[in-house]
Amino acid sequence: MSDFKIGQREAQNVSILDLKGYLDAHTAPKLEEAFQNLLRGQRYRIVVNCRDLSYISSAGLGVFMAFIEDVRNNKGDIKLTNMSPKVYNVFDLLGFPLLYEIFKDEQEAVTRFFDRTN
Amino acid sequence: MNTASIEVESRTERLIEVRDFVSARARAFGFGDEDISKIALAVDEACTNVIKHAYRFDPTKIIRVSCSGRNGEFAIIIKDDGVRFDPTQVQPPDMKEYLSHYRRGGLGMYLMKSLMDRVEYAIAEGKANEVRLIKNLPA
Repeated sequence: MSDFKIGQREAQNVSILDLKGYLDAHTAPKLEEAFQNLLRGQRYRIVVNCRDLSYISSAGLGVFMAFIEDVRNNKGDIKLTNMSPKVYNVFDLLGFPLLYEIFKDEQEAVTRFFDRTN
Repeated sequence: MNTASIEVESRTERLIEVRDFVSARARAFGFGDEDISKIALAVDEACTNVIKHAYRFDPTKIIRVSCSGRNGEFAIIIKDDGVRFDPTQVQPPDMKEYLSHYRRGGLGMYLMKSLMDRVEYAIAEGKANEVRLIKNLPA
């Protein structure tokens, strides 16, 4: 039984990761691998959809920290969407909304990549 | 509430079991969903620190977690007999500084303190590390 799953899609040349389940120290390496694959494929415009993410610990948050610099150095970004209040609270507690753009809706995040003022 | 305990091997796949155990005890003590989530996350962070730092990913080692509650105070004790941990050697991170340098790791202690009412460290029974996480029922 796997308690964490990642789906990957493309929309308007933006890579979208769908996270599902529990992201903790046990499952964080799966997310790390997904980011590594995207970067290897030079995919730097990334939206992470957290609609089905039930849980996140600092091990999961650490994965976002590990890749954001690389992604931004390549003119990309990691944008987060559709978080439950429970998951958002953990991001908020650590001040992550200062560093990451977090959207209610996935399409909003995808569109933001094409916003000239961004 | 009687003290209830669980022992698990020092493996990250056991974290979910520890979270479920602590959540059930916290619910039985009277906490609501929001506080239960905070308590489970704090315990996850404490156990993750044990697995990584005290036991350095040795899966043969054992983590002991016990929950007790009285007078509105719920306490979780996490014990290990791994590498001695001295919390005074860990500087609390300046989050603004932290985020601006894209650092990772070391967030667990900060989260535990933010989520719980008290976090206490002790060297117990000779050489074991002991972390006590305490949360009070809302008035």
